[in-house]
Amino acid sequence: MKYIFPMAAVIALVLIAWIGSKIPGMQYLFGVVVPYAAIATFVIGFCYRVVQWAKSPVPFRIPTTCGQGYTLPWIKYDKLEAPVNTSQVVARMFLEIVLFRSLWRNTKAEIHDGPKLTYESSKWLWLFGILFHYSFLTIVLRHLRLFLDPVPGFVLAVEFMDSILQIGAPTMYLTDVTIVLGLLLLFGRRLVNRQVKYISLANDYFPLFLIFGIAVSGILMRFYIRTDVDIISIKRLAVGLATFQPAILTDISSIFYIHLFLVSTLLAYFPYSKLMHMGGVFLSPTRNLPNNSRMVRHINPWNPDIRPHSYAGYEDEFREFMVENDIPVEKGLPENSGE
Amino acid sequence: MYDSGKIIPGLIIFVLIVTFPIWFNHGVAADPPKAELPKDKKQCVLPLSEIRPNHMKTLNQWRDEVLRTEDRSFFSVEGTMYQKSLQNACMQCHVSKKKFCDVCHTYAAVTPYCWDCHLEPVEEATKEDVN
Repeated sequence: MKYIFPMAAVIALVLIAWIGSKIPGMQYLFGVVVPYAAIATFVIGFCYRVVQWAKSPVPFRIPTTCGQGYTLPWIKYDKLEAPVNTSQVVARMFLEIVLFRSLWRNTKAEIHDGPKLTYESSKWLWLFGILFHYSFLTIVLRHLRLFLDPVPGFVLAVEFMDSILQIGAPTMYLTDVTIVLGLLLLFGRRLVNRQVKYISLANDYFPLFLIFGIAVSGILMRFYIRTDVDIISIKRLAVGLATFQPAILTDISSIFYIHLFLVSTLLAYFPYSKLMHMGGVFLSPTRNLPNNSRMVRHINPWNPDIRPHSYAGYEDEFREFMVENDIPVEKGLPENSGE
Repeated sequence: MYDSGKIIPGLIIFVLIVTFPIWFNHGVAADPPKAELPKDKKQCVLPLSEIRPNHMKTLNQWRDEVLRTEDRSFFSVEGTMYQKSLQNACMQCHVSKKKFCDVCHTYAAVTPYCWDCHLEPVEEATKEDVN
């Protein structure tokens, strides 16, 4: 039931934009002010979070090694799972970020009669994750056609590939299907898998519903509720936002403002949420540190500055008190002391 | 801050990517182009509020009806009869692809595949084309 509140929140956001954009004069707020505030929050908040993370010391190497570590030169070691130098770490990070390699290792534990515990490979999360993330990336790149004038070739190429099936007009996008599928599967996973359901919180459901709302409003706007969706005015507004000369030329449909408001919410919410894994994946010390704790001396950054204190120095400091209390000393008091 | 040698370049790359539209556009938001409308005709197949957002759906539907059921039924606009056809209806008034279709399609980066099969109407070569 933890998904009720985030779902209600997304519905409330839709209603705010829907009703708000109908009020005369409010189009500027929803079309210009809110998007600017959102993107500023996104960029500043993102950098702030990363700087905060960078301020936390990492006292020792904590890479998660999942293979033979480096020992002796003639023993083969796993360069990707237990990297010892920068290039191996870069290769490991690249595969992690681009292919979500650690999710590929996901397992499912089950107890059978006996009782007997079994572990089984479970690649569903990897599949749903990769489906969602690549769809999202493609959609973001595709949207650049509305922000860039003239439109560069790579955006046209993405656009071409995404609508390559040439179904209907306006042509159906492959990623519209895959992102909705990916979101439904990621949401379904939180409902069906008992362990995942137990640990799922409102802030796990909210981004799912929010992005689902964005995808659905976008699909409705492109294919179904086309009245007053004038792509030329919309592009003028988007280019205007990117050049700080925003202008809303004609009345644009509420569905556009709903879509834009949900995207603004996503951007503003981003730095405060688990979505920061976008930056965090680069900074996760269990992945980006080389497994070289036996090769390089790592000094704890918060160690206090403790000077060596020899026994001779100690005796020099406390000799008088030691002699007074009959504690044996290696070197007696100087002759004329105490006079 | 630790590892500032990696964090700061990383953040700079992030900000550059996010602000890509700002520096790509060189701060210029050109006025959107206007398609050239036929001078002597006032009435389109559908009212403007419908034809503008939905012309691609209409054309797609016409194509399917003509090709699959051979339904080329005629209809009348301002007393002139037209058949369901891109070239024999739409392009009769909107004579120039370059000055009508392409104007918005290029601006919005839409590449309809009409012209994979249809022939572009022959237009007088402009100086730019000749050169």
